[in-house]
Amino acid sequence: MSAPAAATAEPRRTPLYEVHERLGAALVDFAGWLMPLRYGSEAGEHRAVREAAGLFDLSHMGEIHVRGPQADALLDHALVGHLSAVAPGRARYTMITAEDGGVLDDLIVYRLAADDYLVVANAANSDAVAAALRERASGFDAEVADESAEYALIAVQGPRAAEILAPLTDADLSDIRYYAGYFHTVAGHPVLLARTGYTGEDGFEIFLRPGSGAAAVWDALSAAGEPHGLVPAGLSARDTLRLEAGMPLYGNELTTEVTPYEAGLGRVVKLDKPGDFVGRAALAARARSGPSRTLVGLVARGRRVPRQGYTVLREDQPVGVVTSGAPSPTLGRPIAVAYVDAGVDTATGAFAVDVRGRAEPVDVVELPFYRREA
Amino acid sequence: MSVPAELGYTSEHEWVAINEGVATIGITAFAAESLGDIVFVEPPEVGATVAAGEPCGEVESTKSVSEIYAPVNGEVVDINRAAVDEPELVGTDPYGQGWLFKVELADEPADLLTPEQYTQLTEGEG
Repeated sequence: MSAPAAATAEPRRTPLYEVHERLGAALVDFAGWLMPLRYGSEAGEHRAVREAAGLFDLSHMGEIHVRGPQADALLDHALVGHLSAVAPGRARYTMITAEDGGVLDDLIVYRLAADDYLVVANAANSDAVAAALRERASGFDAEVADESAEYALIAVQGPRAAEILAPLTDADLSDIRYYAGYFHTVAGHPVLLARTGYTGEDGFEIFLRPGSGAAAVWDALSAAGEPHGLVPAGLSARDTLRLEAGMPLYGNELTTEVTPYEAGLGRVVKLDKPGDFVGRAALAARARSGPSRTLVGLVARGRRVPRQGYTVLREDQPVGVVTSGAPSPTLGRPIAVAYVDAGVDTATGAFAVDVRGRAEPVDVVELPFYRREA
Repeated sequence: MSVPAELGYTSEHEWVAINEGVATIGITAFAAESLGDIVFVEPPEVGATVAAGEPCGEVESTKSVSEIYAPVNGEVVDINRAAVDEPELVGTDPYGQGWLFKVELADEPADLLTPEQYTQLTEGEG
């Protein structure tokens, strides 16, 4: 056995730290935050989210406000999406790229009002996204404010999420569509309540301001959810849930080395939106030439897990690299996503992954591995 | 964390029980707990020669894969097929049904940690 890694620098604590301690969570340093990896069995938490519901602390995520009369124009310029076309109360999945089209982060952007957007960034990229937005704000009548430290974020995800949340909120949840978010109350506390998530299930994300009772909201959801099978769920379950659902993770599928087209997410690039935007020329060229590699899904025939960085083989020849892999609780077999060079015939041939020196046979499948019933 | 008094330990988180020249080997409760759900175990093959301190197998969990290091010198005489079929046994009962393999000792094991020394080690890491 290799020794478990020990944390080095002092990580930040979320407003729910005491709750996690009380629940006996295994805590890890994730992007500079002390986060729950799991509370008990990660597969158990995964299944609870697929079958009932799970409660997540996502307070490590970055929350960056863009406010002002030209907030919409700034975001159209700074991001690949057409954010000025988003109605207040709605949200978009989008990306921020460098001039060369390389992905700096994937984002969910909520339009809270005509002149106020909330940009939600990955924890590890939050500072870089805020800095890029500030730099790109030059010449626009808009202000970029990184308020990550002031927000708590709780997600309740799973087929029973709405049922659990309904009695605790003033919102009529049937009015809140997927990728919509409004100001409401949960357990009497003012929140931004959004129907978004990263699990492949229906669910809600609840943004809270400081002193707004994150622990009280957590406890209320926990108590209301328990009879429905809700359990607290950690980052480990979150990762296997998103992987089954075919959702990319920054640092794995998304890096500065790829454009949205390689990741199969070219649809987020709005080349037709009015005006220029950062990365436009490079992305337009990539759209014409086609991606240099493509993401594929792999299901292992054996039990050894293809993991990030492992080589994908076709007829014993290297053709790509695994970006994420994990045992899939839903499929009962290891799954992985991998970048395979453009032009490789994935429809025929024997595929395998080099798992620490041994070629483990895999089947190439279409993504996602799991899709919830509508 | 449970550290049975009658066992020997390694700094790589294996435990060893020696009985009439045969060592039964597994991973400790501390290791199992830090790994999380164990999804795959691969002990060395029966008949293989193992050398103390050398990797001889794998334990894989949702988040990671770890090598098993042989704590002793000798020949593998048995492996726990129940644990291979049901890797979760390694997590639920690491000192019992979750044992991994047995080695006929080639010589007297050296450098095993006492339960007290191992406890001290895990407190340093925990």
